Amino acid sequence: MSVESVQYLPGKQPHARERRLTFRNVDRAGFDPSIECYLRDGGYEQLHKAVTMERQAIINEVKASGLRGRGGAGFPTGVKWGFIPPTNTKPVYLICNADESEPGTFKDRYIMHQDPHQLVEGMVISCFAVKASLAYIYIREEFPEAAKILEKALDEARAKNFLGKNILGSGYDLEIYIHRGAGAYICGEETGLIESLEGKRPYPRIKPPYFPAALGLYMCPTIVNNVESLCHVKHIIAMGGAEYAKLGTPNNTGTRILCVSGDVQRPGYFEVEVGKVTMGEVINDMCGGMKSGRTLKAIIPGGSSAKVLRADEKFKLKDGRELGIMDIPMDFDTMAACGSMAGSGGVIIMDDSRSMSWVLNNLNAFYAHESCGQCTPCREGSLWMKKISDRIVAGNASPSDVDELERLANNIEGRTICAFGEACSWPTQSFVQKFREEMKAGTKSEIEDRIVAGETELAAAGLVG
Amino acid sequence: MIRFRMDVPGELEAKMDEVITHYPVKRSAVLPLLHLVQQHFRHINDAAVTWVANKLGLEPIQVLEVVTFYPGFRQSAPGKYHIRVCRTLSCAMAGSYELMESLCKTANIDRSHVDHHHPIAVSPDGKYSIEFAECLASCGTGPVCMVEDDFHEAVAPEKAAELLGKYQ
Repeated sequence: MSVESVQYLPGKQPHARERRLTFRNVDRAGFDPSIECYLRDGGYEQLHKAVTMERQAIINEVKASGLRGRGGAGFPTGVKWGFIPPTNTKPVYLICNADESEPGTFKDRYIMHQDPHQLVEGMVISCFAVKASLAYIYIREEFPEAAKILEKALDEARAKNFLGKNILGSGYDLEIYIHRGAGAYICGEETGLIESLEGKRPYPRIKPPYFPAALGLYMCPTIVNNVESLCHVKHIIAMGGAEYAKLGTPNNTGTRILCVSGDVQRPGYFEVEVGKVTMGEVINDMCGGMKSGRTLKAIIPGGSSAKVLRADEKFKLKDGRELGIMDIPMDFDTMAACGSMAGSGGVIIMDDSRSMSWVLNNLNAFYAHESCGQCTPCREGSLWMKKISDRIVAGNASPSDVDELERLANNIEGRTICAFGEACSWPTQSFVQKFREEMKAGTKSEIEDRIVAGETELAAAGLVG
Repeated sequence: MIRFRMDVPGELEAKMDEVITHYPVKRSAVLPLLHLVQQHFRHINDAAVTWVANKLGLEPIQVLEVVTFYPGFRQSAPGKYHIRVCRTLSCAMAGSYELMESLCKTANIDRSHVDHHHPIAVSPDGKYSIEFAECLASCGTGPVCMVEDDFHEAVAPEKAAELLGKYQ
């Protein structure tokens, strides 16, 4: 069935600039999550094909596709798979990371709700490739409906022998179970997720080993991939790695889902070829521009942990190009060159009505709440940053508090077991660096502060009023 | 030694026994068992912690440390309908704090005692309880909230009464 023949629900038509692969069936008219519907649409054909392939050939296709993980770090999926020690004799596990919880990100929810079999098919192919015979979907607790839909999808797949013993006569056995989290953001970190799946507090593990492919679940080789990444595997098998790599731009191949929220006319999700649309096209063409009468102030381009971009910034690239914020192509490498990251694809747009102190405070409250508490700089620092930004928002801070915020963030980054340290310090660093004057403007002067403090002290000692 | 009593219906225990078979290591079933306990008893008390520990051959502290870590597990009883309002940036920009205020006012809930370790506030009649949740992953349709397992998008603060009306 060609893409053109796919009809979408009224008002839910994909934008002309979109290229729908993993979101092909999202909001599609007449499409439902049942296996019958999926099979009518050519479902599980790629699994039939994959089980006749050599395992290494599948891994090679995924490597050739250039697919980079869609969960946030953007690490090449095929390379990750290749980290399983060749001499391994232990069981291999695969875990689908469906703990979608990076603020600003809302893509996996739609795949699981509307097209669960795409994920199951992608997962079974991936498990076959890495020789996993037991796999889990670690899904966040706040997705109870998605968990039920996936549970049903797995039962349906089992009944059709796409799962279970001797899948499609290939001699390959696989079982997939749903494992529900319990509301902790840190479970999105892959080693934290593994600890959680082992029934413990999700304290991320000390690196090295850097990849659970070496030592993961139950100290066995384990592959952890995001929902969207696993769905792409199905399309890579369908198209072939080389053909897939023609989508997008070099080193930033394929399609990805951008989730846009905040102060635009039409927030939403858009699946685009990586790097083929610019930030300006996303905001003005796809999202209908800023809310009326408002102008752009700042953008968080890749989930809340990504460094904020200021509307009037100019970004100098190594090749000599200078980009304005609207010219940035939505890919991994350019976004990194502009000092931020494409991360999870969650784009949060803020207009001139927003106080940057208030925005940062909201994010600091998130990170203070979600720090697992294992490493001192992050546990203490994230809460401290929240308390200072509370003061700034309340108008009780001194100007030096703003600088103190940055100093604190600088002392967390790079000093923690997992990347949460960076995730919680990057917003503070970037907001303070780019909006320092605005944040200081809402504070009291140092002198006034000291007078107040002095008077309080004197009053406490009973010396004045 | 304090002895805890807990009556677990046979049907619930059968579900737990099935879930335990999903894992090569029994301890992995801590979270799923706690979910089943919470679904049935509405919260997880000390008796339940000890019961789950015994079931899985663990020390009670190994279960308690899990219960106290995850925001999804409750140690005190919620209302008949438990509400979670998304607090994080995109929803906050769309008015989730106003939604929280409006829901509390409508359900007569006082949140003044709420802190990090006691996030849940219950209405005097026990009908509703409420807490803020961190990013519920629907940032494009904020403000969003959950009532029990139901998900509600674009809930304007003025729609609070209408929403609560569905849960009687």
